[in-house]
Amino acid sequence: MKTIVGLEIHVQLSTATKLFCGCSTDYRDDEPNTHCCPVCLALPGALPRLNRKAVEYGLKVAKALDMKVLEESEFARKNYFYPDLPKAYQITQYDKPLAVEGTVEIEDDEGHEKIVRITRVHLEEDPGRLVHVAGGSKYSLVDYNRSGIPLLEIVTEPDMRSPQEARRFLNKLRTILEYLGVFDGEREGGLRVDANISLEGSERVEVKNISSYKGVEKALTFEVTRQKNLLRRGQRVARETRHFMEGRGITTSSRSKEEEHDYRYFPEPDLRPLRVADRVATIELPELPVARKNRFMAQYGISLNHARTLTGDPKLADFYEAVAHIDPVLAATWVADTLLGELNYRDMSIAAVPADRIAELLALLRTETITDTAGVQVLREMLDACAAGKPCEPPAMIVEREGLARATGDEFTQVVEKVVAANPQAVEDYRGGKKGALNFLVGQVMKETRGRADPRELGRIVSGYIDTGGV
Amino acid sequence: MAGTLEFSPDDRYNAFITTCSTAPFTDGALAGTAIAVKDNISTAGIQTTCGSKILKGYVPPYDAYVVELLRQAGAAIVGKTNMDEFGMGTTTETSAFGPTQNPADPSRVPGGSSGGSAAAVAAGLVPMALGTDTGGSIRCPAAFCGIVGLKPTYGRVSRYGLIAYANSLEQIGPMARTVEDVSRLMSVIAWYDPRDSTMLDRPYDHRPTAEIKGLRVGIPEEYFGEGVDPRVAESVRDAIGVLEGLGAETVPVSIPGMRHALAAYYVICTSEASSNLARFDGVRYGPAVDTRKSWHEAYQDLRQEMFGTEVRRRIMLGTFALSAGYAGRYYAKAQVARRNIKEDFERAFCDADIIAGPTMPTTAFRLGEKSDPLSMYLSDILTVPANLAGIPAISVPCGKVDGLPVGLQLMGRQFEDERVVDAAYAYEQEVRA
Amino acid sequence: MITESDIEHIAELADIGISKDEVPEFTTQFNAILDYFEVLDTVEGESAPDAGAVNVFRDDEPRPGLSQEEALANAGSTENGFIKAPRVM
Repeated sequence: MKTIVGLEIHVQLSTATKLFCGCSTDYRDDEPNTHCCPVCLALPGALPRLNRKAVEYGLKVAKALDMKVLEESEFARKNYFYPDLPKAYQITQYDKPLAVEGTVEIEDDEGHEKIVRITRVHLEEDPGRLVHVAGGSKYSLVDYNRSGIPLLEIVTEPDMRSPQEARRFLNKLRTILEYLGVFDGEREGGLRVDANISLEGSERVEVKNISSYKGVEKALTFEVTRQKNLLRRGQRVARETRHFMEGRGITTSSRSKEEEHDYRYFPEPDLRPLRVADRVATIELPELPVARKNRFMAQYGISLNHARTLTGDPKLADFYEAVAHIDPVLAATWVADTLLGELNYRDMSIAAVPADRIAELLALLRTETITDTAGVQVLREMLDACAAGKPCEPPAMIVEREGLARATGDEFTQVVEKVVAANPQAVEDYRGGKKGALNFLVGQVMKETRGRADPRELGRIVSGYIDTGGV
Repeated sequence: MAGTLEFSPDDRYNAFITTCSTAPFTDGALAGTAIAVKDNISTAGIQTTCGSKILKGYVPPYDAYVVELLRQAGAAIVGKTNMDEFGMGTTTETSAFGPTQNPADPSRVPGGSSGGSAAAVAAGLVPMALGTDTGGSIRCPAAFCGIVGLKPTYGRVSRYGLIAYANSLEQIGPMARTVEDVSRLMSVIAWYDPRDSTMLDRPYDHRPTAEIKGLRVGIPEEYFGEGVDPRVAESVRDAIGVLEGLGAETVPVSIPGMRHALAAYYVICTSEASSNLARFDGVRYGPAVDTRKSWHEAYQDLRQEMFGTEVRRRIMLGTFALSAGYAGRYYAKAQVARRNIKEDFERAFCDADIIAGPTMPTTAFRLGEKSDPLSMYLSDILTVPANLAGIPAISVPCGKVDGLPVGLQLMGRQFEDERVVDAAYAYEQEVRA
Repeated sequence: MITESDIEHIAELADIGISKDEVPEFTTQFNAILDYFEVLDTVEGESAPDAGAVNVFRDDEPRPGLSQEEALANAGSTENGFIKAPRVM
């Protein structure tokens, strides 16, 4: 049974001011109702003024998604009552959006390239934020700091075939938006998704209120299971709107009278139309993820997987390019695999890591001054310092202080001798042909040297020692 | 020359909702001139109600741009004038603060919706006032009270701070006893304001002249047809005769789209109003909503109690005209009708420089006379075309019928407010002499 | 023809309370007005984009707005800097 998914994504654009007034968009962690003016509070008599940058950002996205910008587009009022919507209408775009008909390339579940069609993108304003007081209070509290933040709504065709594809699409879209510099992925609530999902031949369900990337896959997976179970039991799927409860990972029906909307759209009489199609040609796009990925493979000779990972986030890609000169392949492995893993583990951003220090670390690895194992130890110390807001020591100092330089010469020989002497049974087993015994001995040496020896080299040396009866 | 103006008027006609007993003023073109401002124009620190209970006690934290300009010009803002609630009326009877009486005959309405401003000027309480005109709300009371009122070209005066009734139709404009004062006040308020995106940078900086030799005055048959009191029509024809005597020539013109004008106007203004007035929910301003109820219930109860009947009727009409299944028949058709009327005027203005007709089909109604909404709407037929077309239109007194003032309406091409002012000035100077 | 239940539906869409005894009167008045509006059925022509200014923009430069005190000054009730509104649950 085919799963059919289409998405509507609302992205907060990273302009300095709101869509229709000069209030600052930088309101996070600020007191409620401190980034407001007559316009975004909907005081009587105030008039909207369109932010040029929001339109430019919208056009940038349209160009990046290879869309057709409409000759004339206009704003419209979407009328409905809700306590977070101060004018009781949202200024949005209706039958004349900014742009239509675009594409985004993703990988399908088999790893093949596929196209997700973009239906349209349009600009609109964010409503205020409602706070529901805990303890079943009988009223809402409103903060209008968010009221009027510019949103770009991106609507896809129902081209995704699984929750995983939907997640990959969103990751791809987010990457593109970050590359374009129109969206700050680290802003909380900066991206919200409504998803339409149906099983082929069944009614469509709209899931609203998904506010994270991971949430989309979770919500859709829940829906697929729920809908399949209904059909298995011989019931039918109702066409309805459901809400995603992020905390519980489930969707719940929001069936009510409120669902019968009649938004009474009409052109916003306080704003003039847009005729901006001819500006698209003058927009210069930065290198986008696909182009950068291809360049990374060609220029640095790194694998598709590494290139894909590294270009998945423009900040990560920039970081890689800042350290690649040490040794592109070594750098790719360390940044894409080791560093990224350590960052995820600490929930840290790449922005917090000093590239010059990582370059120094890569140099130590490249010259084999330290082993990989020691390298990981040094990296962890560096990241822990960064995470704690402390200055990041040069890796050479950490190696010196912790005595992590590669073990060589006499020290090395002594350890091997000691381990062989202390483990006669293992030596016996090895001589008897048990390969595992050698690994055990090597492990013991590693332990004694705290990773300062190279395990591959060590295998050769330990077996040679035993075979010849001495170094 | 800066100071404070003491203001304690004998407001026997209920022209004001709020008066300022002491009004500060500064130096400037209007230094120390007492000016009344219609109560749908935002004044920082002075209650602004739109004639509605739903804004009772609302004190704006900001000035409308026209008010800012008045203050800069040294004017003393002495009060906020009565009006039909949210501008929705032709009589000033729908105000939540009681009707205003017509100083020319207190048993009559002053017209509306800027009836308070017109009465304040006609009664001599202030020399000048600001009104607003969505479908005749400056010109109708000017005609009924026997004063001068100008509805400027759409986009010539900033709407920033004007509490919207029908955004695409309305303008703030000057009202005074003489054309010269109307022109003076217009020179102060008509400056470009980037906060109103529908404005064009076409400031009005003009001193009226009475020279109209060779002016072509278009006479549209539709302005003298059915429903127009023949005595009113006669006064207006006499006035046009005066213009001819000054060297103007008359040409017949036609505005065939007039037959759709009133319906188109009421569909558009109620549609826009239904959306504009949705924000009045007792949350951010106005009498507080009951937050213990769920939102729809709370809003419905508050809006039933705080909006008057005519306002509720128009909000509902507009809601209907925009609703699914009807928007095509009403809202969309009205927009086409509007464009046709605009084109009719453009055509007429090829043959004529200005167009003349009566401002209102009759003289002022008796208080309480227009109880049926449709019959009240019909009385706007001669004023709404200028709003639909966005063109300037002035009403200047042209005699009396049964002791009640009649208004001559002069309309001009877009952004030719100066020309209608000059024609009105020429007429006024001639009949006054 | 507009029915009384249409009137009730419109009132609900507009979030305007309407009492039972007002409904018949509103219905009659609406029908009279809508009869008059029927003249729009005879309007000919297509709607076209209006001429006039396009692309009216503002620069993306922050401007001072209202203080929290000013923002809350006209609100019916507030709590910890928030404005109180009816419940939505």
